Amino acid sequence: MNDHLQTKRAGAVLELAGAWLLAFLWILPLAYALWAAIHPSAYSAHFTLNAPLTSENFVKAWNAAPFARYFLNTFMLVTMILAAQLVLCTLAAYAFARFKFYGRELAFILVLLQLMIMPDVLIVENYRTMTAAGIVDTIPAIGLPYMASAFGIFLLRQTFKTVPSELDEAARVEGASPLQVLLKVYVPLAKPVYIAYGLVSISYHWNNFLWPLIITNSVNTRPLTVGLQIFASSDQGIDWSLIAAATLMTSAPLLTAFLLFQRQFVQSFMRAGIR
Amino acid sequence: MSIEGDLLREPSGEGGRQLPRSAAHVVAVASRPSHVGLGARWTTHVNGWLLLLPAAVLLVTFTHYPAVATFIGSFFSTPKGARPAVFVGLDNYQAMIEDPIFWQALRNNIIYATSTIPLTIVLALFMAVAVNAKLVGRSFMRLAFFTPTVLPMIAVANIWLFFYSPGYGLADQVLSLFGVPAHNWLGDEHTALVCLIVVAVWKDAGFFMIFYLAALQQMSPHLSEAAALEGASRWYFFRRVTFPLLMPTTLFVLINAIINSFRLVDHIIVMTRGGPNNTTSLLLYYIYEVGFKFWDTAFAATLTVVLLVLLAAMALSQFVFLDRRIHYQ
Repeated sequence: MNDHLQTKRAGAVLELAGAWLLAFLWILPLAYALWAAIHPSAYSAHFTLNAPLTSENFVKAWNAAPFARYFLNTFMLVTMILAAQLVLCTLAAYAFARFKFYGRELAFILVLLQLMIMPDVLIVENYRTMTAAGIVDTIPAIGLPYMASAFGIFLLRQTFKTVPSELDEAARVEGASPLQVLLKVYVPLAKPVYIAYGLVSISYHWNNFLWPLIITNSVNTRPLTVGLQIFASSDQGIDWSLIAAATLMTSAPLLTAFLLFQRQFVQSFMRAGIR
Repeated sequence: MSIEGDLLREPSGEGGRQLPRSAAHVVAVASRPSHVGLGARWTTHVNGWLLLLPAAVLLVTFTHYPAVATFIGSFFSTPKGARPAVFVGLDNYQAMIEDPIFWQALRNNIIYATSTIPLTIVLALFMAVAVNAKLVGRSFMRLAFFTPTVLPMIAVANIWLFFYSPGYGLADQVLSLFGVPAHNWLGDEHTALVCLIVVAVWKDAGFFMIFYLAALQQMSPHLSEAAALEGASRWYFFRRVTFPLLMPTTLFVLINAIINSFRLVDHIIVMTRGGPNNTTSLLLYYIYEVGFKFWDTAFAATLTVVLLVLLAAMALSQFVFLDRRIHYQ
């Protein structure tokens, strides 16, 4: 019995130690970037407690590339995509949840197809389409392939289906049109799902890189991720302290939002994932 | 929160609602004589399609059309200057089969996927169990594990690049304490892919942790209490009770991990550009290189067809094979 207890305790200690080690490893890259960013470049790979602090790296990085413009571009991109997604996915989800129209099942399968075959892998053809439309190197061109999101449609459909149809019918009996019912009954009830989807969408498109890299080629359209990559891979970018500062700068808005609203973020990602 | 909890318990099957809905419909029709049976039914079809239309147009334009066009494009040559694309049959496929870089990218991708996915899942599970248990510092742990998820891959790849730099990077500095000589981690054909796998695992494990965490929090505490009374060890309990009950979550995580291993190549563009000697080229990276650096769009389309077939095959096999072996609560 005593032996049994001892192995149990050893197991618990091992689990705790393992978890702490893992947490330490997981935070290490970020801690490292923070160290490099707030110390002069002479200390970027030299760790002593008396290293002087500086904010110069941030100032230099900010001035070395048009980051203000990149921030604006990313902000416009993310807002545009989210606004379009909310409208389009709400309408489509409402149709799938509450209207028995011809071809509904087939249409739904075709929508779900996008969960597997995402715009991220269809870069060659989508580039051709944007060229044909004459909108290469514009912010709408970055966003268009993502605006009708199968994920959003699916998530909202599941939510709308849980709304009791008595509520729906009561509103209709009072003479509300289908769109009024959607806005007055369904949308308010799905608020937590909208927040969850919004956070996931913002993080996804704030961080998206490959498609924006391909479709943009000027300062006025490039989002932050592409701007950061161009900054980091240019000749002046060998200074690690500057790169670390730029890296933290580009992630800062999401990171602070996450630190402030940690619980909401985790819950949103959770909610968005459970199907 | 609680409202939704209650709503989720409502029966959502179509059958259960049939009667009250038609009853209410009769009332609605009776109160508004202008809507007669057939007309109302037509309105439903028209309204349904009208609501779907905006999303459908975009979906078709940027998902279905390009998927089909990619397939068709793979049978044509790349248009060059004044010369338009001509039908070349299976020439592109022939070229692909004879292309050693294609095979290497495919092999790299398979190695990358088969090592990233199990590692990520095991770590995510361990993280979730650790954060769910009442361990000291669990909120810090959760923060540490989840933070990589909200950071842009492009940004963290730059940090990891610094990490791996030969000589003064953190990896070498730490290893030098143990007498390991400096090493060009990303420049060595034997270690470069491993380095990228580490980054991918680091980025995704915390993301998948939260799904396990959600599932663990929904599990009844009676189960572990009963097991504790019976004297079962935590490991035994995990192996025989927790893990089987988490199977639906594992399937969900697995699907997403597979998609990610074929979808995300940002870190490759930052850290290795497919090198050294194509040892870190993944399928999508190779498509990007062929399509947008060599501008051989027909060959890129052919490569994309392979990627699409792979994704479709995986989707099918998951539904056919995995679904059956999963324990649903």
